[in-house]
Amino acid sequence: MRSPDPFVPSLFRVDRVWRESADTVTLGLLPIQGEIPAFRSGQFFMLYAFGIGEIPVSVSGLWGQGPLLHTVRAVGPVSQALCRLRPGDTLGVRGPYGSPWPLPQAEGGDLLLIAGGLGLAPLRSALLPALAERERYGRIALLYGARSPADLLFGEERGDWSSRGDLQVEVTVDHASPAWRGSVGVVPARISHTRFAPERAHAFVCGPEVMMRYSAAALLGAGVPPARIFLSLERNMKCAFAVCGRCQFGPTFVCRDGPVFSYDRIARLLSIREL
Amino acid sequence: MGYHRTREDRPLPECHAPTAGEAIIDREGLQALLDALSARGFSVIGPRVREEAIVYAPLRNVSDLPEGWTDRQDGGHYRLERRGDRALFGYAVGPHSWKQFLFPPRQRIWRAERTEAGFDLLEEPPPSERWAFLGVRACELRALAIQDRVFLGGSLPDRSYAERRRELFVVALQCGEPSGTCFCVSMGAGPKASSGFDLALTEMIAPNSHRFLVEVGSRAGEEILAAIPHRPASEADRREAEAVLDSTASRMGRTLDTRGIRELLQDHPEHPRWEEVATRCLACANCTMVCPTCFCSTVEDHTALTGESAERTRLWDSCFTVDFSYLHGGSVRKEIRSRYRQWMTHKLSTWFDQFGSSGCVGCGRCITWCPVGIDITEEVRAIRSSLSEPTHA
Ligand SMILES: Cc1cc2nc3c(=O)[nH]c(=O)nc-3n(C[C@H](O)[C@H](O)[C@H](O)COP(=O)(O)OP(=O)(O)OC[C@H]3O[C@@H](n4cnc5c(N)ncnc54)[C@H](O)[C@@H]3O)c2cc1C
Ligand code: SF4
Ligand code: SF4
Ligand code: FES
Repeated sequence: MRSPDPFVPSLFRVDRVWRESADTVTLGLLPIQGEIPAFRSGQFFMLYAFGIGEIPVSVSGLWGQGPLLHTVRAVGPVSQALCRLRPGDTLGVRGPYGSPWPLPQAEGGDLLLIAGGLGLAPLRSALLPALAERERYGRIALLYGARSPADLLFGEERGDWSSRGDLQVEVTVDHASPAWRGSVGVVPARISHTRFAPERAHAFVCGPEVMMRYSAAALLGAGVPPARIFLSLERNMKCAFAVCGRCQFGPTFVCRDGPVFSYDRIARLLSIREL
Repeated sequence: MGYHRTREDRPLPECHAPTAGEAIIDREGLQALLDALSARGFSVIGPRVREEAIVYAPLRNVSDLPEGWTDRQDGGHYRLERRGDRALFGYAVGPHSWKQFLFPPRQRIWRAERTEAGFDLLEEPPPSERWAFLGVRACELRALAIQDRVFLGGSLPDRSYAERRRELFVVALQCGEPSGTCFCVSMGAGPKASSGFDLALTEMIAPNSHRFLVEVGSRAGEEILAAIPHRPASEADRREAEAVLDSTASRMGRTLDTRGIRELLQDHPEHPRWEEVATRCLACANCTMVCPTCFCSTVEDHTALTGESAERTRLWDSCFTVDFSYLHGGSVRKEIRSRYRQWMTHKLSTWFDQFGSSGCVGCGRCITWCPVGIDITEEVRAIRSSLSEPTHA
């Protein structure tokens, strides 16, 4: 049962937990009552850990395919509490909120998914439906950068993606380990190693803000029009429905107008320091 | 009883809200109004003197009002002074605004209790009070309308605000005493209240008469007026009431040129004036607390010592705090320059993009209550004039 009060979460139970890396887990959540509300790739939910707090977390899976999936990195009190949850534990969930990745709009052309660190989680929710309807897109490429090989997420599944003939996967790390045989360096640098037709391409970018700025610049340089580049922004959020004012970014509310924005809409705002 | 008429002396059309049915009441009539509101279950909130300021607090009697008081206001300055007469509303707005009742500074939003299986959520009961606000000026009515759009205009209306707002009875005041920091005329927000009230009063005081012109703005207002002693307003009464507003409009303490203001601020985020104002601003957040339209909030979580229950509290917050824009690793707006810019640009510019109007009603509170007297009208003037000056080679 959804409360008529938008601040009140619904109760969900942890169904499964997958450990992705030393500090990151994926939670599979099922509602204690009712159904999982319909959501789209790129949207987010507010997750509440008993007595600790509530934070925005993107969906990393798809609607209608099993539990609600969220991939969380433990960085502070709330995310740590969420990462400690075990199967059977209860948490509060409200949402979905925000704008989705514009997958329908990208159909018919090439699709570039550019992820930095945890940014792979929200982009997984864009990659899966694109692969499920592979024939609707031209070339698809996943460019993914992490701090070190140990931080790479979705290990097994990434193996499957890499072995597909119809998906180009480029993985790079900032700091290699002795066993690492892949590339080292920043993600935007991989754009020039990617096969795509810029005039027909869409790019979805998610990661730290600096990484997204550099990626956008590289995409523009490669000839992708600004209106076809999409970034997913993060701002402090307390309500997620445009009443607490915390997530303002110039004239926009990131919780409502974002988190996914087309680059042409926010390029000027991104250039203003401390906006 | 039951006297109503429109400006054209025709009976009120049955199907819509009445437009105007003007009447005259005296001090006893005002007391009867307070009594009639109480009798209908409203808690009346109105201006009172507390700690050397005029604040909004519960009241029952006309004698609770700040009779014979006025205020002197300027940048960073507020002082109550005696008037030479027995006016009940002879001052401008103080540090309080009505938002504290509809959007409480601190409210529990829900509780959670541990159970065998995990925890349960307990929602808050709907508010028990029904408020009647007495003495709401035009600028404040505009602020109310602005907060209505913020809290109720989106796809998910704020439930707590909606519940409090729904029951509200508004007795407006046609403003007779602007302060030194008022600029509602510039913002198109006053001094005349023309809608958004149930009843509106104009205080008219002369050496041997003290009366109020009453305008009706709703069926509920009409019903209350019918229940209190009054007489029809004459043409002379109306002219006198209009003169009160004309005089107020001509005595604004400040002005703000709003031409092209949306672009003026959004197009100049790197203007040196932001740097300059940051050297004076203490980031104390006073301006946001007193502002009747500022709506930002935060949430706090508390757990009982036993760990068996927890609660979430929503509190007023301010874009002037460092924490406001905190993201893991640091805040977005570290410098005061960025925070002042956020505040003023939001009020006067990006508010148009978000809610279709200005976020400032020209009430002057932020100027009066700024400990260092920073003046929003002056800040706009400084940016505007620097841009119109010819550049030196
Ligand atoms: C739209 C959106 C989607 C997100 N998706 C994910 C995701 O899929 N997985 C994931 O692990 N993290 C995600 N985040 C980031 C996540 O919300 C923060 O890591 C989290 O808020 C940190 O809270 P904390 O209490 O653990 O840590 P602290 O760093 O102590 O944070 C204290 C408080 O600051 C605020 N805060 C801090 N960092 C952020 C941030 N980056 N974004 C928003 N608020 C912040 C929160 O209110 C938090 O409670 C997302 C953020 C946004 C805005
Ligand atoms: S910004 Fe200042 S003058 Fe404008 S409404 Fe707020 S407090 Fe009043
Ligand atoms: S402008 Fe004045 S009132 Fe507002 S935060 Fe700065 S010092 Fe405080
Ligand atoms: S999170 Fe509250 S306004 Fe966006």
